[in-house]
Amino acid sequence: MERRTDKNLYTILFAIGMVVVVGSLLAFTAEYLKPVISKNKRLEKEQNILYAMGVNENDENSAVFISTELVDEVFAKYITKQLVIQNGVTTEDDQAYLIDIKKEQAAGKNDPSKRRLPLFVGEKDGKTFYIVPVLGKGLWDAVWGYVAMDENMIVQGAYFDHKAETPGLGANIKERFFMDDFIGEHLLDEAGNFKSIEISKSNADPTNIDKTDNEVDAIAGATITGNGIAAMLKSDLQLYLPYFKTLKNN
Amino acid sequence: MGLLSKKDAKLILDPLADNNPITIQVLGICSALAITAQLKASIVMAISVMVVLALGNVVISLIRNIIPSKIRIIVQLVVVAGMVAIVDLVLKAYQYELSKTLSVFVGLIITNCIIMGRFEAFALANGPWRSFLDGIGNAAGYGIILIIVGVFRELLGSGTLLGIQVLGDPITKTGLYALGYENNGFMLLSPMALIVVGIIIWVQRSRNKDLIED
Repeated sequence: MERRTDKNLYTILFAIGMVVVVGSLLAFTAEYLKPVISKNKRLEKEQNILYAMGVNENDENSAVFISTELVDEVFAKYITKQLVIQNGVTTEDDQAYLIDIKKEQAAGKNDPSKRRLPLFVGEKDGKTFYIVPVLGKGLWDAVWGYVAMDENMIVQGAYFDHKAETPGLGANIKERFFMDDFIGEHLLDEAGNFKSIEISKSNADPTNIDKTDNEVDAIAGATITGNGIAAMLKSDLQLYLPYFKTLKNN
Repeated sequence: MGLLSKKDAKLILDPLADNNPITIQVLGICSALAITAQLKASIVMAISVMVVLALGNVVISLIRNIIPSKIRIIVQLVVVAGMVAIVDLVLKAYQYELSKTLSVFVGLIITNCIIMGRFEAFALANGPWRSFLDGIGNAAGYGIILIIVGVFRELLGSGTLLGIQVLGDPITKTGLYALGYENNGFMLLSPMALIVVGIIIWVQRSRNKDLIED
């Protein structure tokens, strides 16, 4: 005997009902939680930018951000200027940290003059930091980060994050041992030309003493993620070269 | 066990050894290879799968009598995907840090064959309480293997456990490294996970000959 649940009509009705119920449940949850989630994302950007310039609560081995309750206040205190560079023209914009790098990269693909480049100027202990967001591709999905530099494009701090790199391998780019290697590295070569930083498997400098070799030590088992980081630094940071040149001339 | 009847206790204990989802049923191998390079990732994955599998089993078991048999796999997929997506959203809103740690696991959880396998093999034919126990048991059996593999891979591959350097510092050459020991970088790659799982299967079957198939 055919059971009730084997009938075609029942199957179709059940499928429709299921889609409606699950779909509306998901839509409702997503819509209801949207403001909270976007606030979390905004605070995270502030935390990332501050982290790159060394304003964080790191203990010996782990990377710890300024807490979300304080970050708005701390951000306003340390970040003195937010700039947007477009087509060589620099303007101030206190919402620059909300610029979506992905959209800007897409806009600049055919016409580089359309791309807006955000840059954050931070002051800490009398030192000026220039912090730049970067975005690229890892093995599975997006990788991104913030790089803090001084006026000579020497890296003062870096923060990297990823969407879906393999835990234990590519995901290690957000570990201290990798991010801290960037501190002090030069982005320019001795002649002052932009050279970026390679993620090298053969640099024979695992303790990273040589800061002018434009190389940091790669992570074992994460070659493609590392290459993605290197490519991202190269393509995004060199766009800021003209700004740093004018900085020096003044 | 006072709390559970003998039959119920078997649901939890069996998958830990003689009916282990990874080593005997050979389910969930993909995630066992992918994320066991570090012990911490193994533990996080084991806990996440336990939560999803136990709850999913209960939900499937509750609606088992109204699921049309022709589209039952799709229904199971929708239930687990919907559940994981909602939990992910809630975590993003209220536990942002935790959700970032877990986000890489979400895709791996939904596609984990243990979950679909248990829905299909157990929850569709049993009541919610027994399905819940079955979920806990199978996830624990899965988790144990993940943790064993994670310990070996992290210890031999990076010389650390849970990120703590237990064998000394490989760069400044202290501890074991002063004696000329080197980390085996190959342990960090997936093939070694397969070999470690293979060794576990070998050990298990040589201890219990009943498990050997002809």
